[in-house]
Amino acid sequence: MFAACADPASLEGLVWMMCYLTSGKHLMFYMSFGTVLLVLAATAPLALGFGYGAAMAARSSAAPLRWFGHGYISMVRGVPDIIFFLFVPIALDQGIEYLLSRAVCDPSVPVRQGSDFIVCAAAKVPAVTAAPWVHNAYAIFLAVIAFAIVFGAFAGNVLYGAMKAVPRAQLETAEAYGMSRAQINRRVLVPQMWTYALPGLSNLWMLLIKATPLLFILGVQDIVYWARELGGSKSHHYDYPHPDWRLYYFTGLLVFYLLMTMLSERVLDRLRARLSRGQATLAGEQMRKALA
Amino acid sequence: MRLPCADAINAYALRAIGQGERLLPRTGIELCDQVVLIGSGLIWNVYFAAIALSVGFVLATGLALAKASDAALLRRPAAGFIFLFRGTPLFIQFFFAYEALVLLPRAGVEVFGITVQTGLMTKAWAGALLVLTLNTAAYSAEIFYGALRSVPKGDLEAADAYGMTGWSRFRRITWPTMLRLGWPGYTNEAVFLFHSTTLVYLSSFPAFAQQGDALYYAKYFAERTFNPFVAYPIAAAYFIAATLLLIFAFGRINRRLNRHLPGAAQRIRYRPQLIR
Repeated sequence: MFAACADPASLEGLVWMMCYLTSGKHLMFYMSFGTVLLVLAATAPLALGFGYGAAMAARSSAAPLRWFGHGYISMVRGVPDIIFFLFVPIALDQGIEYLLSRAVCDPSVPVRQGSDFIVCAAAKVPAVTAAPWVHNAYAIFLAVIAFAIVFGAFAGNVLYGAMKAVPRAQLETAEAYGMSRAQINRRVLVPQMWTYALPGLSNLWMLLIKATPLLFILGVQDIVYWARELGGSKSHHYDYPHPDWRLYYFTGLLVFYLLMTMLSERVLDRLRARLSRGQATLAGEQMRKALA
Repeated sequence: MRLPCADAINAYALRAIGQGERLLPRTGIELCDQVVLIGSGLIWNVYFAAIALSVGFVLATGLALAKASDAALLRRPAAGFIFLFRGTPLFIQFFFAYEALVLLPRAGVEVFGITVQTGLMTKAWAGALLVLTLNTAAYSAEIFYGALRSVPKGDLEAADAYGMTGWSRFRRITWPTMLRLGWPGYTNEAVFLFHSTTLVYLSSFPAFAQQGDALYYAKYFAERTFNPFVAYPIAAAYFIAATLLLIFAFGRINRRLNRHLPGAAQRIRYRPQLIR
């Protein structure tokens, strides 16, 4: 990166360290922290959406929809989330390729041949010739869907509980004013449920942060991948030979996650105060009295 | 009458602990093989969960007391330990612990004249167990700490009035009440820890001679048959059954803890992972 780093063998001490930490692979390592944040940013709203849909479905008056909602919410009980993280991406990948192969390949050739899953080259997703970053991006996409499905079920659980916690009298009052069901949801139920949902959702957010290293087992080049790759001992064939430094790299990852946790706690505390304002809860009442 | 899957049971029922057929099924994998082998892997999940939970429970009680202590010398380290283990992903803790344990001298460390076999610690059955134990100790300690702070003032005042102090007050009043209040949360933690044992062989710890846990074998089959729709549901079914059993056992303990309070022992509702 720097001109001074052109000949790593001649470097020593602090300069060596500086050049080492700005080498091309290290820049990719730093970028992978961005991948983690991107996955978090993409998953959180998606999971919240899934959860909201599931909670609404579980409250629905149409029985099949209600069953679906309850089924989805309770899907995650009893089954380790890791099984879903392993299952969903493969299942989704095979599902997409299967559907595509029925459309573009010769339909007389079965997809399952013995214990193999074979589709013609045109139905491969992503295409065999695609650049490596496309494959990585596709793996991340599948991972985000898997995270969203699992955390959507958790979020559905939280939101369903929160909707039930909104005082019944509030909804009945809205009905008495002649509001339609959609109006009640929009004007009374949803604005009030957040204060009840927040403790559960904050926990979920913390869980989601701590689930991100699982990207590694899905084959994404994430921070765990690069920590192992860069930390492993490097012989003198490499530009920057060094002994096994994986322990230091993983220490770095631990610090990163600790900082994320601390930062999240601060933000969530603020959000809690904001959402308690004007609510018929103990916290809301305390804020009202403090102002008066 | 022949048992269904008799051949597979003979070959693989104890494969996870190194008994029976040496090679895993490679071609012509049948449903029996998958069901038996994944079930055999469950031995490891139960082993990790059982020991980590029982040792972790004792540690957690100590940590919760230390965190609630007035002495900063006790409180700070306990709070730091809990923060460290709750603030970082278990997955990274496995990697970190493995790298750290590998650095220990192979020959063993002399502690007070006794040679500790450090070579063992890089094996999953010891090293991963240590990580799981410390992890669950931290999470459970936080639950017990919360419960300890909600022990009713009146109970403690009543104990004072009876002249109970120190150890007898703790053993007869504080501790049972703490357990009673913390038990629903602790049940969730136990289930979550049980589920977390599936991470052991997916992270840094190698599976010696392909002796792994339920998910290790499920992954093996899914990769070998290119079919995730059989192996993973089998593993999921095993875990649902084991989880129900665990919740049942913890529910019985909950009833016992609340036996002096008619109507207080509510059925524990398992709220997956939401209290972590």
